Amino acid sequence: MKVLCAMSGGVDSSVAAAMLRDDGHDVTGVTLKLWGGPSDAGCCSVADVDDARRVAQQLGIHHVVFGFGDEFMAGVVEPYVAAWASGRTPNPCIECNRTIKFDRLLRRAEQLGFDAVATGHHARSVDGRLLRGVDAAKDQSYVLHMLDAARLRRILFPIGSMTKDEVRARAAALGLRTATKTDSQEVCFLPGGGRDREALVATHAGVVVENDVVVGSVPAVELVTIGQRRGLGLGGSAMPRYVLDVDVPTRTVTVGPIEALLTDVVRIEGATWARGEPNGVVLVQSSAHGRVAPASYADGVLHFVEPVRRVAPGQSVVLYDGDEVLGGGVAT
Amino acid sequence: MLGYLDHAATTPMRPSAAEAMIPWLTERFGNPSGGHRVAQAARRAIDEARDVVADCLGCAPREVVFTGGGTEGDNLAIFGQPSPVCSAAEHHAVLHAVERAGGRTVAVDGVGRVVAADIPHDASLVSVMLANNEVGTITPLPSVGPDTVLHTDAVQAVTWLDVASAAAAADLVTVTGHKIGGPQGTGALVVRGKARVEPLLVGGGQEQERRSGTHDVAGIVGFAAALRACTDTREDTVERVGKLRDRLADGLLASIPGCWESGSRDTKVAGICPLLIEGIESEALLFLLDEAGVCATAASSCASGALEPSHVLAAMGVPRDLAQGSLRLSLGWCSTDADVDLALDVIPRAVAHLRGETGGDGPDPRGRRA
Repeated sequence: MKVLCAMSGGVDSSVAAAMLRDDGHDVTGVTLKLWGGPSDAGCCSVADVDDARRVAQQLGIHHVVFGFGDEFMAGVVEPYVAAWASGRTPNPCIECNRTIKFDRLLRRAEQLGFDAVATGHHARSVDGRLLRGVDAAKDQSYVLHMLDAARLRRILFPIGSMTKDEVRARAAALGLRTATKTDSQEVCFLPGGGRDREALVATHAGVVVENDVVVGSVPAVELVTIGQRRGLGLGGSAMPRYVLDVDVPTRTVTVGPIEALLTDVVRIEGATWARGEPNGVVLVQSSAHGRVAPASYADGVLHFVEPVRRVAPGQSVVLYDGDEVLGGGVAT
Repeated sequence: MLGYLDHAATTPMRPSAAEAMIPWLTERFGNPSGGHRVAQAARRAIDEARDVVADCLGCAPREVVFTGGGTEGDNLAIFGQPSPVCSAAEHHAVLHAVERAGGRTVAVDGVGRVVAADIPHDASLVSVMLANNEVGTITPLPSVGPDTVLHTDAVQAVTWLDVASAAAAADLVTVTGHKIGGPQGTGALVVRGKARVEPLLVGGGQEQERRSGTHDVAGIVGFAAALRACTDTREDTVERVGKLRDRLADGLLASIPGCWESGSRDTKVAGICPLLIEGIESEALLFLLDEAGVCATAASSCASGALEPSHVLAAMGVPRDLAQGSLRLSLGWCSTDADVDLALDVIPRAVAHLRGETGGDGPDPRGRRA
């Protein structure tokens, strides 16, 4: 097959490209230039493009760079800023997968005559179904939940059946320069973490309230997340307090004990489904590496078997049947 | 089959330049700053190269400062200036230097020529490129006041124009080797008249304290040989390549609906064919062209390899969505009919393919084909 393999300059996508080549595919590597600016840091820096190109050279495959900066700004960065500004908790990696890697890049690849797009995600694409990656600790199926059967048939995850240790061992055996490169942790366009986020989002100070009594304050009410327990100006209270609600218009954060954070109902909206909307018992994951809880689903509402912590509005909620992703949406 | 249409990025070495370099890469190795006979042989090679460059550019030998290329020449001309001004369509080597020096930019017209009336009178230096690297537009150099230094980036002009006369009014003239059939990493800055430069490199005081560092003897010899050959054959090259360019441009304009030439051909150098193609993206087109053996670019080359929106087209007033379909084809001293034939075969088909595949994305239904 003629395969376009997205190469970020990290070890996972380097090995993905190597596996495809070794399986006899006609592989072209592509690095996406999504976010520039003066710092040129983050996941698409010139240094990472260099790493990707050097790996491609070593593998003897063609390498290109596509600039999707405008689409990244419109599809990922601006919605990210808007979500925080309205008190929701966004996941920009999911929006990047939805709007850039598996939409813009997939369409570009088709236009250029490629049969499939591959990435270095830890997940498995099998006959139009999305399954968790074999390495449970590294599984990334959560951030890929928006993929439907039609798209999955044109997407390959070559390292989804390997553990991270196996990936690194493979990279070392091939002598790839990225074999010992550390995994990226931060949001790619916020290499400085929280400080960069504060520079991007217009924020306002807010009060922290428990039972209608002001008990603390926060410097940026927009950046407070449901379930958070630090940075609330509460001092050393005997009982831990958790954020139960964030109301940006009134700049009020409501806190309470852990029991008040628990719920057995979560509602989702904007859902997409791999093969039709489920109805019945499912497994639910509500953060990138969060725990999985059983629930029954019908018409946008999840009823959990055991109470779970409230899910911050804007966070993605992903439904599974065993290891298979059924789809998901965002918490309301 | 290869159709190389990216001569404005780098043009192949002229055989005479490559041959001239070889002794200085092998048995002749002296440091020209030394006193003994091995060193003096190298010194002589540089002195003779300087004479050639001066002759071709119409200046005195002592006015030639050998540099490591066009970017260095532009930077050397501008850094140290208290209030430099340049056109908005300059190469980044000028734009970023002017920006760093705290200077200003002046608007250009629809074909990329600076609006002379807009140039402020109090500028310490005015920089205007003789031939634009993206669209090929020739800008007659403006007249400046007695206290203003005039710089021109003539990097793209040398193959096509007699820089000795076209840039006679300039106090500072930047040229480079690899656009004329010499080696990459070579070039010169002409420094004359009231111009003084602030050295970027200090050390051994080479080039009359204007550019320290041991000379790249082979590079300087190759650059001078290329400039000699370029100058001696210019008239023939312009006539021959101009016809090739016209056949290329006319052929593409006739066979691709929704395709425009950016800037008038009357005001362009002979080797550049800049196109704007509706309903396609340069990045996708260049990928297909590369697969088919046609080497080109969208606007100019960039370090990361990603295509940035062209500041030149933006300065000319080309809308951003149309600029996304820009294609710069550039010919050089060794371009042939075969290059043009391949391009005329490949490019219209690639554009039609992309327009067909993009479905409803293309803004211009005239461009769609079965």
